[in-house]
Amino acid sequence: MSAQSFRIERATPESRIALAAGPWWMDRNDMRLAGEFFVYLGLATLWNLLAGYAGLVSVGQQAYVGIGGYCLFALAIFLGVPPVLTVPLAGIVAAIIAVPVSWLVFRLKGAYFAIGTWVVAEVFLLLASQWSSLGGGSGISLPISLIRSIGSSRAMREYIIYYETVGVTVAIIVAVYILLRSRWGLALQAIRDGEMAAETCGVSVANAKRLLYVVACAGAAMIGALIFMSKLRISPTAAFSVNDWTAFVIFITVIGGIGRIEGPVIGTILFFLLRETLSDLGAWYLIVLGAAAVGVMLFAPKGIWGLLADRFGWQLFPVGRRLVLTGGNTPSAPSSSNT
Amino acid sequence: MAPLLSLKSVSKRFGAVVVADNIDLSLNEGEALGILGPNGAGKTSLFNMIAGVFSPDAGHIYYRGSDITKLTAAQRCRIGIGRSFQIPQPFGGLSVFENLCVTGFFGARGDHATVEARAVEVLDLTGMLPKANALASSLTLLERKRLELARALAGNPKLLLLDEIAGGLTPHECEDLIAAIRKIRATGVSVIWIEHVVHALLAVIDGLFVLNQGAKLAEGDPRTVMDSPEVHEIYLGVEADA
Repeated sequence: MSAQSFRIERATPESRIALAAGPWWMDRNDMRLAGEFFVYLGLATLWNLLAGYAGLVSVGQQAYVGIGGYCLFALAIFLGVPPVLTVPLAGIVAAIIAVPVSWLVFRLKGAYFAIGTWVVAEVFLLLASQWSSLGGGSGISLPISLIRSIGSSRAMREYIIYYETVGVTVAIIVAVYILLRSRWGLALQAIRDGEMAAETCGVSVANAKRLLYVVACAGAAMIGALIFMSKLRISPTAAFSVNDWTAFVIFITVIGGIGRIEGPVIGTILFFLLRETLSDLGAWYLIVLGAAAVGVMLFAPKGIWGLLADRFGWQLFPVGRRLVLTGGNTPSAPSSSNT
Repeated sequence: MAPLLSLKSVSKRFGAVVVADNIDLSLNEGEALGILGPNGAGKTSLFNMIAGVFSPDAGHIYYRGSDITKLTAAQRCRIGIGRSFQIPQPFGGLSVFENLCVTGFFGARGDHATVEARAVEVLDLTGMLPKANALASSLTLLERKRLELARALAGNPKLLLLDEIAGGLTPHECEDLIAAIRKIRATGVSVIWIEHVVHALLAVIDGLFVLNQGAKLAEGDPRTVMDSPEVHEIYLGVEADA
């Protein structure tokens, strides 16, 4: 057999331009809204990693948002850790908690896993309600001295919290992107497309899933700490809210496009557009959200981004490997670009 | 020297259905073994046990002299057992080339250059090079079967398990497949091939193993086994011309 000369391409020229033009939303002036945008973008990116790639449909990620929030208050109030520094610590604490939780919930498959993770989150809610030194069921506010330690003025504090939120979310997206471009990304996409086949191709599916779960839980907790640093107040029902930290996140990922990095980005934009235009409608707002989710699931199961990507071949975050033969014949869809 | 693969009294049942009844099987390095048997005889279940999809209820599986009965499917892939699925299971969201990279990285554990070069070589061998960048989900059934073979090969297996890859091919395509499998054998890869297309099987194998209702019906030289009365009985009128 003749040796073929070839090279591997990781991006098309169009995708590079799109990537460079990506951060167009950065100059939003409504900082609070933008901060919230990045909170949801980060949570949805993590949930997409779990459900979209590893098939771990968790309905209990609010457990880790809550744990992150309570880590902020506990570490700052009891140990005097500066609030800004509790964010990475919250990630570490959540990762440590996620390991034994994974032993429990990974015994369950599919729908049982989903319900199991929700039950675990409710257990954490009840535990937090019993924590009387952190306000028990009624919650607690961050003491004034600690609030001042974040930043001297209110504007300064909001600025710091905003940029830490942006930093954490961008770091999450960059990390997910690097992960998916690596050989491990290939393994995750293989698991997404067929667990048994992935295992037969040498991928240790169980280990990959557990690692991903722990990392996703750590990320959710870091975002949780940031959410409650900007709220300055925490209560068990707010911290462990399945609606706020999981249902909306699932909505975002599903309408945007599950199993693609771009999905949560598009989904978060759509979610905020819908929310800002429909929030005056009261209950109708939630009904419209629900109808939109049902419509997307029925008519575009790969989400809005999946629809666009399939039709136009768009990629904001190219993770694929294109084979380009540099000798005579070239595989289908030749490209003239160079890497 | 220990055989490459040996099964010792392997048994497996699903409820009342016995899929493997005290199977003994041995394959030496470089050999090619064909497996025949009617539908439901337990051929694919045998592959599932060799590849580690599920473990036998009783008995042991040895690979190069060491007991691999307890290893996971991923571990078995890494020690050199490659497998193609009867019902193709491509990674639909990945390109053909990327499908091959999965086994290259995680089965053969190669570095980028080795994995990519091996994938191109295998694509060329299996005639899939023109489809290298096509999404696996866009392939036809026959292309998916070729991808199954290519993906298993990209992991540099020492033992290749092929599960019905010749069905539905035109005579010309079948010739190409036989030539490809001969080339694979020439590189020192041992093969176990489950196939209903008997003439393709006989063109490649040195030994034949016939299963019926989970039990060994006959084993030995392919021609002798095919001419034996037991095999005639279960295959009479089905593959009589082969």
